[in-house]
Amino acid sequence: MVTCPECEGSTTLTEQPRVGEILECGDCASELEVLTLEPLQVALAPEVEEDWGE
Amino acid sequence: MTPATRPADAAPFGVLASRLRTDEKRVLEALERRRMPYEFVDSRALWRDLADTTARWPVVLNREIGHTRALYAARALEAAGCTVLNSARAIELCGDKYLTSVALRDAGLPTPRTALALTPQAALDALEAIGYPAVIKPLTGSWGRLVAKLPDAESAATVLEYVAALPSPASHLVYAQELVDKPDRDIRVIVVGDEPVGAVYRRSSDWRTNVARGAETLRCEVTDDIAKLAVTAAQCVGADIAGVDLIEDAAGQLMVLEVNHGVEFSGFRRALGDDAPVADRIVDLLAARSASCSG
Repeated sequence: MVTCPECEGSTTLTEQPRVGEILECGDCASELEVLTLEPLQVALAPEVEEDWGE
Repeated sequence: MTPATRPADAAPFGVLASRLRTDEKRVLEALERRRMPYEFVDSRALWRDLADTTARWPVVLNREIGHTRALYAARALEAAGCTVLNSARAIELCGDKYLTSVALRDAGLPTPRTALALTPQAALDALEAIGYPAVIKPLTGSWGRLVAKLPDAESAATVLEYVAALPSPASHLVYAQELVDKPDRDIRVIVVGDEPVGAVYRRSSDWRTNVARGAETLRCEVTDDIAKLAVTAAQCVGADIAGVDLIEDAAGQLMVLEVNHGVEFSGFRRALGDDAPVADRIVDLLAARSASCSG
């Protein structure tokens, strides 16, 4: 479990979290990026940019 | 595609991304399952000295989500001697709708009537020639953003007035296209290494059938016609890994709409499950390229 930096809600990690992985906060739906695994740290993921896509 | 073998001491693959989505995780899992060494390269931290021509990763999978960063990452890595999938050239062609259309036309593939207007004012004339309803799209962009359906000249004049007010000169170039009378769906085919991995219908109540806009995906049989069109479309823009969008007109005739170089496949997997092993096919392609690089 990690604490969402936006709403302080608790978010469950995937079974095998990876650095760079994007999670969604179950409480506020913010996108979180896994920064480090040991210690486990997350931050708000970057906002969608104009040229993102396929 | 025949899975290639790699020497045990081969240099690791590079997997370049700034955002590890489910798709990227599937590729990493496939690499790990097959014990193929890789390094995850965060494109936000990437820089290359032009004097350094050491290809640290002989083969790099480019999964950067930002078009500009994906393009320049591919250019920088290719300048250092890496083989990048997709190549910078493929990203250039796929990332610009007009360049894609030119490549499709040159390959003789059926595609909707399209024009490029150099100013919003000229776009009004182009749209009049194409006929209404029509569509205008930004030259670069994805997920259906800023794509506008124009039912008539009056709507076009209003929308183009807004286009003219955009600050960037590049925004004033208008890609105009006939609106094909199609069913409420299009067809997404994923092509990896000149072979179709599978196809899905993308259906939506919105006229834009992008999965990013909430379209649902349903299994679509890969007929010979679908396979041939999709593979030829991917080849004509030089994309080794591509999401090719096809539409059917009212008579059921297939046309190529666009080719995506950074294909997302989570919706594809939801519809096709294990029948569409996109991540494994990508890893097969990486291994084949690696074998040809070292051979």
